Parts: sequence; structure tokens; C-alpha cells
Amino acid sequence: MSAQRKPRGARIGKNAGSSTHLLSERDLRRSIDTVLRLAKVAGAAETEVHLDEVVDALTRFANNAIHQNVAEHGLTVSIRTVVDGRTARATTNRIDEDSLRAAIDASLSLAHSQPQDPRLLPLAARQRYRPVNRFVKQTAALTPEDRARAVRRACDLAVKHGQTAAGIYSSGESQTAVGNSRGLFAAYRETHAEFSITMQEELAASWAKANAASVADIDPQELAARASEKAHRATNAQELSPGRYTVILEPAAALDLVGFLFYDFAATAVQDKRSCLNNRMGKQLFGKNVTIADDVYHPLQLGAPFDGEGIPRQRVLLVDRGIPKNLVYARTTAKAARKKPTGHGFPLPNEYGEAPMNLVFTGGNSSLEEMIASTDRGLLVTRLWYIREVDPYEKIMTGMTRDGLFLVERGRVASAVRNFRFNQSILEMLRNVELLGPAVRATGEEAFEMVVPAMKVRDFHFSEVTKF
Amino acid sequence: MWDFGTHALDTARLRGASYADVRVMHLRQRDLTTKNGQVGTLAQSESIGLGIRVLANGAWGFSSTDRLTRDGVSGCAAQAVAIAKASALAKRGEVVMAPEAAYVDSWQSPFHKDSFEIPLETQLTLLLAADAEMRRVKGVTLTETGMQFRKIDSWFASSIGSRIHQRKVITGCGIAATSFQADEIQKRSYPNSFGGQHALQGYELVESLELLEHASRVAEEAVALHSAAQCPQETGTLILGGTQLGLQIHESIGHPIELDRVLGQEANFAGTSFLTLDQLNKLRYGSDIVNVVADARLDHGRGLGTFAYDDEGVPAQRTDIIQDGQFRGYLSNRETAHLVGLKRSSGSMRTESWNRLPIIRMTNISLLPGTWSFDDLLADTDDGTLMETNRSWSIDDRRYQFQFSTEIGWEIKGGKKVRMLKNPSYSGITTEFWNSCDAICDTHHWTLWGTPNCGKGQPMQTMGTGHGASPARFRNIRIGTAFSNS
Repeated sequence: MSAQRKPRGARIGKNAGSSTHLLSERDLRRSIDTVLRLAKVAGAAETEVHLDEVVDALTRFANNAIHQNVAEHGLTVSIRTVVDGRTARATTNRIDEDSLRAAIDASLSLAHSQPQDPRLLPLAARQRYRPVNRFVKQTAALTPEDRARAVRRACDLAVKHGQTAAGIYSSGESQTAVGNSRGLFAAYRETHAEFSITMQEELAASWAKANAASVADIDPQELAARASEKAHRATNAQELSPGRYTVILEPAAALDLVGFLFYDFAATAVQDKRSCLNNRMGKQLFGKNVTIADDVYHPLQLGAPFDGEGIPRQRVLLVDRGIPKNLVYARTTAKAARKKPTGHGFPLPNEYGEAPMNLVFTGGNSSLEEMIASTDRGLLVTRLWYIREVDPYEKIMTGMTRDGLFLVERGRVASAVRNFRFNQSILEMLRNVELLGPAVRATGEEAFEMVVPAMKVRDFHFSEVTKF
Repeated sequence: MWDFGTHALDTARLRGASYADVRVMHLRQRDLTTKNGQVGTLAQSESIGLGIRVLANGAWGFSSTDRLTRDGVSGCAAQAVAIAKASALAKRGEVVMAPEAAYVDSWQSPFHKDSFEIPLETQLTLLLAADAEMRRVKGVTLTETGMQFRKIDSWFASSIGSRIHQRKVITGCGIAATSFQADEIQKRSYPNSFGGQHALQGYELVESLELLEHASRVAEEAVALHSAAQCPQETGTLILGGTQLGLQIHESIGHPIELDRVLGQEANFAGTSFLTLDQLNKLRYGSDIVNVVADARLDHGRGLGTFAYDDEGVPAQRTDIIQDGQFRGYLSNRETAHLVGLKRSSGSMRTESWNRLPIIRMTNISLLPGTWSFDDLLADTDDGTLMETNRSWSIDDRRYQFQFSTEIGWEIKGGKKVRMLKNPSYSGITTEFWNSCDAICDTHHWTLWGTPNCGKGQPMQTMGTGHGASPARFRNIRIGTAFSNS
């Protein structure tokens, strides 16, 4: 990581070839060099440039027909200048030289307006990056007609079963590059595809969703069939009393709860005393079957292998057999804590520091079926909704079950149940995990995608019931 | 900008679109924050681009681009038509749009002081002074302040001949103090949580908030909450402050009346609504004193839901939502208006930016003021709980069952605030809650609060909405449920 090493930039996703709609690496470098040159002329002592480009499309359907169908292209240039111990950022999507000069001037003007920051570090020097490849031509090539035909088949299935389908099918490609006046350069591109479907039958509904770099890893018809079958089972829901239940959380439900833990592992959050880990590092906080790492290189993860300052992301063991072991650090917080930066910093300047964005839970061997079979009385939870933090230190979260809540009795799914509100501490929940399934790339609607297993949890607290 | 819009419309028409509307938008934003006496975020951004929505083969397509050249624009328009034709592969009916006149107009939201012209040093000096004032209070472990300024220009053109330019100037500002002691984190914010107050105003909003005058109190309350009594778990009388009531309106009235939710168009993500079409003019939504309007007109105030025209070219309107407790109206657009017997859209189509499709959104959804002074309301309350400033909010996907918690509560006994309560929360069923309202404070206590972070749609769009509210009282409410444990 020293400045003396041979300059080396990262290019990830070399199989992009000509099938991409994105700028080439040469264009990215040229654009960044242009900004660096203009900024030097304008008087910036140091300059860092981010380029972000997105080409996305999303087909949305409801009532068994496409009702919204959109596409976008966007490129933004974000410029951070440093002058006399001060820094600020200006961002634009106008890339002609006059507009870039205006953005540089705005950044310098903002920087000059503030007091000196004694914690401000020189820009990072050149880095070495571990290559990852998450650009899939087949995904980038998906057309509106491809998506429409898949949606049509899903809707036809709904019609066949007397149900109503709603959902999305999206695909796209994006890239991010960062370069600075000390010669650092890194670039990353990926593709992404997502299919999500809600099937409604009478007053009941169920849901299935998948998200991956490759469209080949997504099977819209299988997801539609799964949601359809569960929606049918979700009809005639009975009302149960609120209280504590054993729950089997499908991966999406588990994700959307534990996803709220991510910022607590930021060194800045601990330093600011707003993390639930204050005074709890190194203690047996969770059950011994809970191990969590942050690992952008995991094969089921997406995301750039470098942070907002271009520092390579490290794999960090956050929780080892229930004991919080490590935090993640941006450069500034690492220096204050006499640690090495872990490559999790947000672009500067910011007040949040850093966060692990690629959580990976260690899974277990229990299948969902085995969890159900081992449960005398409990609830199978498809999905959670509108989760918000009630108590930041005990990490009590509230939210609702949604789109498929089922009573499990004597090892079998017995009936559908009306949706509950929960008020549950995540800390307590992760002490009460009885069984874990294999970790999968889970996707919900509350947390960003992570690698999380299904979980069987005892004494999960439901406080109230709703009307459906 | 008009040339780009006209060129996009011409291309769409040539490619086979039967209808098209286009928005060229230029968004400028400045963010300033401080934390613990240091500058946090100091950033400025701008974004300009074009989005075109077309109807072709009876189905919708939308495309957007930041390549504002003739080739870029025509390519974008052609792509929108191609997407619409692909949509037609999975359509099950024809789109019917309510008639609307063509308008040629220009409008700018009024402001007294352009926030972008106020020296940055002045803005940072104020924030750092408020930050310092909060840090003087022993026990405060985190202080945060922030200002956000936005200027949004939109050039709307449609194939029916409308040409509308609008400029909106938006300002937001707030402060917060957090205290961590033992096993508890407590926080107080002013004038509201989640960044404070946000409105269609200039820098005069910042000056009116008198941050320095409130900084000490905010910090002292954050610390004092540690030694306050826990909010009891009971069924009782609840008084909500205006900011919390604004969010209550947002979640339990604003979202359920969105006609796209009602019609199932948001079923996979934001959810649906208990307000099925058969409920219109029949449902007893609230008590007799509950009157709620959707009002995007400037006459209603300078809120985040104020404009002259929506992003479908429909003039701003006032719509009765709840009249004397009776459910009277939905938020609609040109495509859905006829489904509820309307001859015209209620003017609720809004977009976050040039790269997003306009969708039905709240404008200013406000509870009209009642007749009570706040002092009289307190004096009239023998036994109750006053809750102020939202801490968490959650409601089910059909908008029946909700739970809110607030930063601070006060026990009311014998018509007086007798002691502070920590960790207050309440929950209920939407219509039961609004039917339990028995007192609403008058216009002197009424403020048009801004909610800047309403998420909806796929791809997600964040929109600002306005909610006028004054403190109000509710009977037989479940209190303390968030911390119940059995």
C-alpha cells in the first residue's frame, strides 16, 4: 500500500467486452485525469474524483399486466478538493469542461468556507486490489421484450390460478471508479438482475424474490410458482393471540432484521456512542452459533472491492461464535484507534465514517423442512415489513409480518395466520437461535442484500395483531 | 430546455406514441452538517437530464437520459416508445386518461432569502454555534446539526400542448443532541427529528427557527430522559404534538388514500390500502371534528407538497379527504381518476427527478385546525400522556395497524404536565384511532410540517410531503406497547 509500489489500478469485470453500454476503462481514466488537471490549475492542493455510471431498466407489473416500464442512463462526477487542511465535495452530471471547472470551483469554495480540520489525512496513495468478476454479458443484454415475456408468463400463471400478480423484473449494469492526485485509481463494474413477485388470492398474499449478478441465477417462473402456491396456502388466515412464539424466519425475514446491525459495527458509531456495541465488544453478546463477517469477496456478494477513498476492502470477522470481535475502519477512524483501515469508509467528507456493507452470516445444516419438522408449535415467517428501530442500544426493532405467516404445529404447516406486529431485540434474538439453514444471498425490502441463513428462533415477541 | 422537450415529443410521435410528456429537470442541492463541533458533510451537487413517458400500442414506456444532445434526446425518446411496445406484450386493458387542458405557464415558489446566496461562513457559524451550545450540557455524548438547500427547475411539455416551467426552492434545518449513559441511548431533536423542518422556503426558514435559543433545552432534555420514568403500558388518553401528528397523518391517511395503492399497483412493494373503492363516501374515517384535505396550492402554505402544476401537467388543487369524519376522496392521476367517478385528476403525480417516472404521491395532506388553545387542552385533560417528536414509525402494508414511538413524553395529571416520561410509544388501528379524536388545537398552533424522506415506487423515489397539524387529543389509546415484553 505504500506510494513506492508500482502503480496499479484495478479493472474488474474484464469480460465486459463490447456488450456493455458503459464507458470504457480508458474513458474513465481520461475523465478522471481531466478533472485532476483542471483542479490543479484551479488551485486544489489535492483532488479525488469519483465517477459513477448506471444503465438500468425495470419492468413493473400489477393486476396481471405491465403498468410501468422504465429505463435510465446516468453518469455523475464527484470531485473532492483539499486545500489548506480543508476539504469539500461537489457533484455534477454535466461532463463538459466548463461544467467540471464550475464543480471544482464549487468544491474549493465550500472547502475554503470552513475551519481547518486537524484530523484530515492526505489522500490515499496507490493501492493493490484483489480482482473480482461480476459482470455478466447475458444480464447486460437483457431486453424489454425479454422481461415482458417473463412477466407475461408469471401473470398467466396467476390468471390460471385465479390470482393477481404484482412485481418487478429489473436488470442493469453499473460501474464506479475513483482516482486521485496521488495516482490512486480503481474501477469496478457489475451487472445485476432482480425478480420480485407478490401473488394475491382473495385477501391473502405471498411473495418471492431473487437478486443476482447473473440473470441465469434468477428463475422468474419458479419464483412465481412458489409465491402462487404460498398465496393459496395463506388464504383463510386465523387470528392468534400475540405473545412469544418460536419462529422460523425464511432468509428474507432474517435478513431484514439482522441487516439493521450493519452500522453498529462502524468504528465511528462506537466512537459516537450510538452503537449497540458500546461497552459490549469482546463479550458473549449472541449465541455461540452466531458468526458474522464482512466479506465483499464472498461469491454471493456484489459491490466494489474498495471504499470511498479507494482503500481495498478487507474481509473482517465481526462476530466470532457470538462475541463481537472487530469493527470496520475508515482511514481517519483507523488512525485515531491505531488500527489499519479496513476499506469500509464512505466518500469524504461525511459524519458517518464507515460501515460493513457485505455481511456474511455463517450458516448451518438445517433445511427449512427440518426446522418445521422439529417445531411443536411455532410460526413460519415469509417476510417482514416496515421495520424501524425502537431502542438503539437494546436494538429493539418493530415491524410487521407480511405476505405469508403460517402456524406450525407438531412438525407441519397447519394453517395461515393473521399478520402480527413484533417488538423484538435483535440482540436477544441472536441469543435465541436454535437452528440455522445454509447461508444464501438473501434479498428483502428493508436491508440491502446480504448472505444470511434461515433461522429458527425461540421466544420471538409479537405484541399485536392486525386485521388481515 | 424547451428545444430538448419538443425534440423528444416529436421523436416519440414519429415512432408511434399516441401520447407523450417530457420533463427536463435541473436539481441543485447543498448539504451542510456538523457533528461534535466539527464540520461533517460539506457538499454541493447538481443533476440535469430528461425523462420522457409515452403511450404506444396502448401501454406505457419511460426512458431517461443525462445526454442532453439532439442524438441523446431522440435516442431516449425512441427507447421509451420501444419499451412501451414491449409493455404491450403484457397488457390487459387500454389506458384511459382523464381530459386535461393544455397550459403554458411559468411559476416560482416564493422565498425571501436565497439560501444559496447566503455566505457559507454564515451558515456554518450558526450550525457550529448551536452545536457548541448543546455540547455545553454535561452528559451529552453526540451533537448534530444540519442544513439542506435545494433548487429544482422543471420544464414540462406534453403532446397535448402544455409548456410549464416551475422552480421550487426548498430549505431544511435542524439540530439534535444524543446522550449515552449506562445501557441507554436518548435523543432530542429540534424542531423535528430526521433533519428538522423542511419547507418550500428560503433561508428565512432557518432564521425563523432560532436554533441557538433551543439548543440548550434540547441537550438538557436528552440527558434528563435517562432519569425520567419509563412510559407506562396502559390504555388511556393521548395528546400528540404537531410534528408527531404530522407523521401520523402521513402514514395512516396520506398513504392509504393513494389510488395506485388502492388499485393494487404498489402491491409488491409499498403495499395496498384498506380504503377499497367501496369505502368512498361511506367509511366513518374519524370523529366529527376530523377534517383532512390534500392541498397543493400555495394558499395552503409553503409546504413540501406545494406546487403550481403536478408532473403530469395538472394544476394544483385542494381535495377533501375527510370531511366531518367521513371519507371523501383519494389522491388520483389522469389514468385513475375515472375509476372513482372523477372527471379530472386530483393533481397528485410527482417525480423525484428527471430519471424517475411520475407516480401518485401525497401533496400537503393536512388536518385542519380545531378550536382549542393548547393550554386549554392540557387543562381539560385529567389523566393522559403527551408525546412529542417522532423516534420510530411503522404501519402494516394495508395501513391498518400502526405503532409510533417518540423522543419524549409527559405525564398529564389534573390538567398539568407533572413529569417527563422516557421511551413513549402508542399503537392502534387507523380508523379506531381517528374516531377517538376529541380535541384539535386551533390555527395558532397549526404548522405545515415537512416530511422530506417519503419512499415509494420501484425504482425507489424519495419525495417531500407536507402535513399541516396542530396538537390533538385521542381517547382510549394503547400506550407503551413498544416496550411491552410478554
